[in-house]
Amino acid sequence: MKSQDISQHSEDAPGEHADDPTTTLQSYVIGLGFAIVLTLASFGAAVTHWVWAPGLPVLLAVLAIAQMGVHLVFFLHVSSSPDSVNTVLALAFGIFVVGLVVFGSMIIMANLNDYMMPMEQLMQMQR
Amino acid sequence: MSAIAEAIPLSERGPAPTRIVVSFGFWLFLLSDIVIFSALFAAYAVLAQRTAGGPSGAQLFDLKHVFIETCCLLASSFTCGLCVLALERRARTMIYVWAAVTFVLGLSFIALELSEFIGMFSRGINPARSAFLSAFFGLVGTHGIHVTAGLCWLAVMVAQIATLGLRPKVAQRLVCFSLFWHALDLVWIGVFTIVYLGART
Repeated sequence: MKSQDISQHSEDAPGEHADDPTTTLQSYVIGLGFAIVLTLASFGAAVTHWVWAPGLPVLLAVLAIAQMGVHLVFFLHVSSSPDSVNTVLALAFGIFVVGLVVFGSMIIMANLNDYMMPMEQLMQMQR
Repeated sequence: MSAIAEAIPLSERGPAPTRIVVSFGFWLFLLSDIVIFSALFAAYAVLAQRTAGGPSGAQLFDLKHVFIETCCLLASSFTCGLCVLALERRARTMIYVWAAVTFVLGLSFIALELSEFIGMFSRGINPARSAFLSAFFGLVGTHGIHVTAGLCWLAVMVAQIATLGLRPKVAQRLVCFSLFWHALDLVWIGVFTIVYLGART
């Protein structure tokens, strides 16, 4: 183990940055800038009525996903470099499971709602 | 990556250094934590309209309040990053300063959330009122508990740096804490978009 620690590391650990401190400080500042702009944009879009109402959920989703991406890249330092391939693979699997759970539940429940007896009838039957 | 490391085949390089194994393991924990949150998000998405005659999200949520909470958490995420940069430079004083700023910002987030919850409870708005409120308190409350746990962790880390010094193990733990803290901010993006702003759509 000792000799391994001394030898050159061929991999980046998650959240690690091999670059010099000035560029990583820059990365945090850039990340903060992007995050502030995206947060203001999503709150602004929700509070004001500048955006066409039916398109608002899509816009908010896009802004949120963009901000999550900003956080992953600039704060958690997930990159596409070959050094962090394990990190990215685990992340991809995580996103897959999250998508499966969230969208799966939503589709199943919407379907159940469609096929279920209207609530008033159900209440009457229970009486 | 050095040329020497490149020349040795992957199968002959031996086990990865502890630094990488620990961080990767912690990364997997964070992802599984996010999967837990995804279940709560799914529950919220399904139950958001089931208010059972009680108040709906649009009536309950004060976006100004939520905006300040978001700013607190985002700023604390940034200062947490600065804390890790100070750790890389082994600048003890700056570590303490940024850890303190992170702690105060995190604490104000929790205080704001708690005051929001207490305000709701005093008006009889509790998890038992409707399915929507169960899902709301479940999701936002779990995030709040995570942030509280993170604050305790940060306090322990500062105590460890003060007593044990900046030995590699302690530094490793502080890096893991920063990953945890950034991940919580990531979850909060989902919370304020889906729960608070989603109520406006």
